[in-house]
This record gives sequence, C-alpha cells and structure tokens, in this order.
Amino acid sequence: MSGKSRRDFLKTSVVIGAGVAGLSTSTTKAAPKNILSEDRMGVLVDTTVCVGCRNCEWACKEAHELPAGDLQSYEDKSVFKQKRRPGIEALTVVNEYSSGKNSNLPVDVKVQCMHCDHPACVSACIVGAFSKQENGSVIWDTDKCIGCRYCMAACPFQVPAFEYNKAINPLIMKCDFCFNRTAEGKLPACVSICPVEALTYGPRTELVKIGRERIKRNPDKYVDHIFGEHEVGGTSWMYLSSKNFAELEFPKLGTNPAPGVSESIQHGIFAYFVPPVSLYALLGGIMWIAKHRKELDQEEKS
Amino acid sequence: MNHEEVNPVPVKRKYFTPGVIVLVIIALNGLVFLMGRFFFGLGAVTNLNNQYPWGLWIGVDVAAGVALAAGGFTTAALGHVMHREEYHAVVRPALLTALLGYTFVATGVFVDIGRWYFIWHPLIMWNGSSALFEVGICVMIYLTVLYIEFIPVITERFIGKVNLPGFLSRMNKIVDKILRLVDNALAKTMFIFIIAGVVLSTLHQSSLGTLMVIAGPKMHPLWQTPILPLLFLLSAISVGFPMVIFESLLASRSLGLKPEMHVLSKLGSMIAPLLGVYLAFKLGDMFIRETFVYLKEFNTASMMFTIELLFGVIIPLRMLLSQKVLRSPLFLFIASALVVFGVLLNRINNFVVAYTPPYSTQSYFPSFGEISVTVGFIAMLVLLYRFFVINFPVISLPGLKPAQPTKYTIKGATK
Repeated sequence: MSGKSRRDFLKTSVVIGAGVAGLSTSTTKAAPKNILSEDRMGVLVDTTVCVGCRNCEWACKEAHELPAGDLQSYEDKSVFKQKRRPGIEALTVVNEYSSGKNSNLPVDVKVQCMHCDHPACVSACIVGAFSKQENGSVIWDTDKCIGCRYCMAACPFQVPAFEYNKAINPLIMKCDFCFNRTAEGKLPACVSICPVEALTYGPRTELVKIGRERIKRNPDKYVDHIFGEHEVGGTSWMYLSSKNFAELEFPKLGTNPAPGVSESIQHGIFAYFVPPVSLYALLGGIMWIAKHRKELDQEEKS
Repeated sequence: MNHEEVNPVPVKRKYFTPGVIVLVIIALNGLVFLMGRFFFGLGAVTNLNNQYPWGLWIGVDVAAGVALAAGGFTTAALGHVMHREEYHAVVRPALLTALLGYTFVATGVFVDIGRWYFIWHPLIMWNGSSALFEVGICVMIYLTVLYIEFIPVITERFIGKVNLPGFLSRMNKIVDKILRLVDNALAKTMFIFIIAGVVLSTLHQSSLGTLMVIAGPKMHPLWQTPILPLLFLLSAISVGFPMVIFESLLASRSLGLKPEMHVLSKLGSMIAPLLGVYLAFKLGDMFIRETFVYLKEFNTASMMFTIELLFGVIIPLRMLLSQKVLRSPLFLFIASALVVFGVLLNRINNFVVAYTPPYSTQSYFPSFGEISVTVGFIAMLVLLYRFFVINFPVISLPGLKPAQPTKYTIKGATK
C-alpha cells in the first residue's frame, strides 16, 4: 500500500518537474531583445571640440516633442552654474567644467544615455520593456512598462528618469538614440545640429579607430583613454577628453558588463529549474521520512 | 505524543478596544495619503526622485515585509515537512501572519509602481534575467499558495455551521457539502502546497537579495556583495521564529491569553544557531572583502551597519543562548524583537541607506506621506489579524479537547 502511494508521490513530483521545465523553455523565448550587432552604431563625443552651444539640447527636445522654446534662449550660459542631469524635460544636457591651468577655455560635456552594449536596464527590467536594438540603441517600450523604476536603480550612469507627477501613464524618459529618425536614414537630432562636429556618428568599431587615431596624433591634447570603449563592457556613446574623466564627473566603473554577477546568480539559482525542483524533491523526501518514522515509532510502542 | 495543545479555536473577544480605535485612526490616515498617490502621482506623496527611485515603500513594505513574513515558511518546514507536531500550535498563527504580510507586500508593490494597472504584466511578459521578475512571479505564486493553505481554516469554521440568511438558507446543505468536498480534497493534496510554499520562499527570499546586486557601485560596499542572496535567505530563515514568538507574545498579551511558553521557549532555542550561521556569513563576507575599513569612518553607513549587526544580531544571539532568557516571556520577547528589528533595519539599509547614486545632490528621507502609508498598512495588518483570530480557528487554546493529529501529510505515509 505504502509502496504504491510512494509511486504516486513520485509521479506528482515528475509532473510538477515537467511542468516547470516546460516553463523554462518559454522563458528563454520571452527574454527581451538584446542584440549585439557587429555593425551597431555609436557616437564619439570629442569634449575638446564641444563649445557648449547647447544646440543639441534644443534639437533633442524638438525631435522628441518636448517643450523646446527658442533656440536663441540656449545661448544663456548661466545654466552652467549648476551641474544638470538628463531628466523628463531634457533627454540630453551639456555641463561645463573648468579646464584647469592650461587654458581659459572650459570643457563641455554632453550627457545622455550611453546605450551600453550590455545594458543593466535591459537585464533588470521586470517585463523586458527595454531592449538593445541592432543599430545599437537601447530603447524602452511604453506598452510593457509597469513603472517599477528598477531600471533607474540598475543604471550605472543614473540616466532613466521617471514622471513622478503623473498619476496615469507616467513615462520612463531617456535618450532613445533617435530610434525613429535613424530608422528613416536621418542622423540623430543632436549629431545633425552640432555646428562644430563634436559628435561623430558611425559604426562603433570605426569610432574606436577614429578615437585612437586622434589620441595618437595629439597625445598632448588628449588623455589616453576613450571613455566607453571598455567601461561596463563597452557603450555605444564614447568620449574623448583633455582631462581626467573623473574630473568631468564620469562615474568610475569597471570593465565588466553592468548586469555583472546578478545575471549569473539569477541563472545559477534557476539553471533550467534544476535547483528548485531538486529542493522540492528533497523536502518531499524529508517529509515522507519524518512522517514514516513517527508511525514506526508509534507501532513499536503499541 | 501529547496533542493537547493543538486545538485552534476562535478567540471570543470584543473587537473594539481603545487600542484598536487608535489603530483605525492610523490606518485611515494612511488611506488619505494613499488616495493622494493615486490621484496626483507618486511625486505628490513621496520624496522619491530620479536620484532615489526606491524608498521607504520598497525598503519596508516590500523587502522587510517579505522577510518578516518568513515565519510562515519556517514553521511550515518545521511543523509539516520535518513533522514536529509539538510546534503545530504556532503554525496557524504564523500562516495567518505570512498571508496578511504577503497580501500587504503585494499591496505595497501595487502602490509603489507607477503604472499599477499593469501589475499583471509580469505574468505574460517575462524576463528571465531579471531578479525582480523572479521575485514578482514567486511572490504571486506563493501568495496563492498561502491562500490555499488558509482555506482549511475557513472550511473548519463553517463546516456543520453553515447558516445563510433568508431565502439563501435553502443553500445551506449544498454549501456545507462543497465545503466538506474542498476540505477533503485539500487534506489529501495539502502536502504539495506546503512543500511548494517552502521552495517558493527560499527562492524569492534569496532573489530579493539579488535585486540590489545589479546596482553595483551605487551601493555602499558594506552591503554590496555577490553573496547578498545567501545573506537575505539566511536572515529570513533566522527571523522566522523570532517573528512568530514576537507576534505570539503580543497577541496573547492583547487577547489576555496565557503565553504558550513551552512551545515558544523551544522555538527560541533554535534561533541562536540560525542567527549564528547568518552572523558567520556576514562577518566572513566582511573579512574576505575587507570592508571593515569602512567601519573606521564615522558616517551614516558605518553607524547603521554597526547598529544592525550589534543590536540586531550579536546581542539577541547572546541573549538567546541563555536558558533564563528562553524561559522568561519578557526577555524572550525583547530578544525576538531585537532580531526582528535587525532584519527590518538590514532591509532598510540594503534598499535605502546603502544606495548612493553617482550624481546625488540631496539625500533621501521618506516624506510624512510615505511614512503614513507604511504605518497605516501595518495598522491595517494588525486589525485584520485581530479580526481573523477572533472569528476563525487560528490560535490554539490549551486543554479544551484532544486535537486531531497532523492533517497534512504525504499521501503514502498514512495507512
């Protein structure tokens, strides 16, 4: 009798195991798009060329239907008194830093989403609303997002912004690398308006070569480092600078992809549902033995 | 075997007392701010911003809520899986706490996410690499399992006592039959749910720790470690019994019952080893990563870490090694409360204190509205707990009638 029931129990466990194993295959299918194309595009920002005209800020707002105001109003340099961050009103901002002893000219740094090659937001998003596209852009799907803001907690560059003051349909706002414009063959709005060609748009691999070339030709002008070439596993947007990047408030980051160990842990715990199913079986075994032993004890006593 | 103590009955008491009325006022205050959040957005009620996307609600309502509801799965593992019948008296109160706790965790998530009406999205939109996805799915399933585990309490209350008003009374017999059917079916299959509950708990308790791993250097090195999921699991396991003791002693005080010290002392004696393992991993991690250097700095992070470790782990650990503490309701209560406090603080530290964004211009402190909602939720939880123990068979009163032996076992083992 008890032997038969033991088989019953095993059968139940197998059915449950098969059920979750079935689920695991659909997980992989349902994973968000995360393409790392060889030909992905990028932008090389040469901060030594940028003059801080902030035309890119205006063009970006125009392209994303945000209130942009008059282009003339962007000549106002007083905004540089404070360091600004991309937010819900502006997906890109330019900050100005003093260049130190060598020159009176300031250093201007355009800030926007870096479009990581291994984005933390794509890895983190609970519903897979973020995706890394073939052209290099990391974009966000408004139809999926539940507004949990885990992407914001995960992003190493503190880029995604959230519309806290909207009760219905608040959006996550960040640079989308002008996904719609580039699909039509146009340049990203900021790149196309830049009057001094501080922004170079092109295949990422080419941009790395261009960056190295510039550093090689002007070793006195540039620090020997392309920010974004290796940071958090590489980013689509990369920077050249005459100053140490830390002085320009770039975060100090390692070369490991931003999702880092979190994905390994996650996949380790769930490796094809083997650990949870084994735990289930183990506990079932313990439960069976504990009950059985108690009954044997009672039989012996009586 | 002495089954005398396992006899859950509704505790007949008046619902409203001065204390209950105070709780109702606190709960209503929370509801007012909650309405503000739904009418005007998160920004209107909270101090959250683009620098600090997560605050008190995620740290306390969700993360600490999940940890402090760990009494449910730890007692289920002890009472049902390891089959220690002497602990059955605490299984139901712990189950009720877990059920209410997780219900408020889900409510907390619902309130905190910007698009609450899309809360069901993770069910069909999957991201296997996201720790949050795993936590979300596990919590959803576990909540369902907890409700299923609680159904026998409801059926037990009504079987043979179905008395519907008016013309519905014709249905009495049928309803009774359905209840018996459900009760019978669950009695045979409950072991599936009990084991599932324990597995699901270990999964999401640990994944809750994985959540902040991805924040990388944004998190203070005193807390940021790749073994966060293990630390979260170990601390959840060690806070399970203290939470049960804490809540049992509070409930018996409030309901005027004799504390069940014979069970609670035995439960208490198991805390120290569990807490010891947690402490060993926590200290081991600190020495391997050499993060103790940060304790030499005097700032919020180092202070909070020290308080968490000293008052939340070391002092209660030492207390619980003493027989005197284990036998005294007051000292056992203090020691358990300290462990609960320690884990609560640990979750706040992990999700709020340790989080320092690279471009931070101000620091985060919860707004009055955020605190009101959190405190209001806790008040509602206590009110619901009181309602259930008064109206349903949850708490065991000693010596009324011999109780039936354990109901939920693996099918094969009962002959």
